Amino acid sequence: MKNFEPEIVAFCCHYCAYTAADMAGSKRLSYPPNVKIIRVPCTGKVDALHMMRAFEKGADGVYVAGCLEGDCHFKNGNTRAGQRVAYVQKILEDLGIEPQRLEMIMMSAGMGERFVRTAFEFTEKIRELGPCPVKPIKK
Amino acid sequence: MITAEQKPLEEIIGYIEPYDRIFLVGCNECVTVCAAGGRKEVGLLASALRLNSMKQGKTIEIKEITLERQCDPEYVEELASDINRTDAVLSMACGCGVQTLAARYKEMPIFPAVNTLFMGASESQGIWSERCRGCGDCLLGITGGICPVARCSKSLFNGPCGGTCGGKCEISPDVDCAWCLIWERLKALGMEKRYEELMEAKDWRTSGGGGPRKIVRKDLVL
Repeated sequence: MKNFEPEIVAFCCHYCAYTAADMAGSKRLSYPPNVKIIRVPCTGKVDALHMMRAFEKGADGVYVAGCLEGDCHFKNGNTRAGQRVAYVQKILEDLGIEPQRLEMIMMSAGMGERFVRTAFEFTEKIRELGPCPVKPIKK
Repeated sequence: MITAEQKPLEEIIGYIEPYDRIFLVGCNECVTVCAAGGRKEVGLLASALRLNSMKQGKTIEIKEITLERQCDPEYVEELASDINRTDAVLSMACGCGVQTLAARYKEMPIFPAVNTLFMGASESQGIWSERCRGCGDCLLGITGGICPVARCSKSLFNGPCGGTCGGKCEISPDVDCAWCLIWERLKALGMEKRYEELMEAKDWRTSGGGGPRKIVRKDLVL
């Protein structure tokens, strides 16, 4: 799997991780192109179904990046997202898919470097895990 | 409401393993409220089943539909036009819904995707507790609105047993002693005297002891 380039979907909260990605851009910091960002108004908006669908559509890894604990713009959307991530991790485990392919990550809007580091680390982790055992069947 | 919980994925996958075209049918009533078999859960289970089939390199066709009420022949009829284009039905409704489907579509294998649990009420978001056993002879009027049949672990009728401790039941510190609750409530209502009145042995025939129960309302029958 030397040439394996994972497809990664990152659900990023507008108020933190997405702004952090923006900051990384302003600082000319680059992050792996494997990470495809989906901006959401709050990670509390990310439903279990969104995470499942990402895997169905061929993602090798998915992470939900929300605000630091206690800093959610909508009070507790990030903790709810964390609970949903844990719920979907259990479904993945039951299906024989590594639950580590899904993760909840927290950061603030000012953490451009952390956004980049997270993107690198998560990409590396998924690269080590290899392709997701579930791949869409080409028609 | 009737509460339910999704069955383990392994069991569900085992049921539908031989089939390629599945009708996944949810219900908009109780199982939607207790987040076991509504439209969202239908979507999630369909997604999980598709992931599982992709993992095995198989293609499975899952048609998702959520009926208004699966325990009502009128709504179950909505499946009639598509049922022949499927190999099996997976129902996310309570046992009543599953049986209504099975009675209407006799040629079709029908499998349950949830375990029906109890008649309960919501304590708070995500927490449901048993409140009624459907005994057919409601006692709530004399027990301060707290049911000793459903909420006392032994369904006792004349005060708590020796297992009550600090308002909790001996089976678990998380379970309230129903008779402590009843006493506190009667006291708050100034109806302590009720507690002194002995209740006679209950006639359990109304509770299913007389076989499967049925209601016939002649004024409503067409």
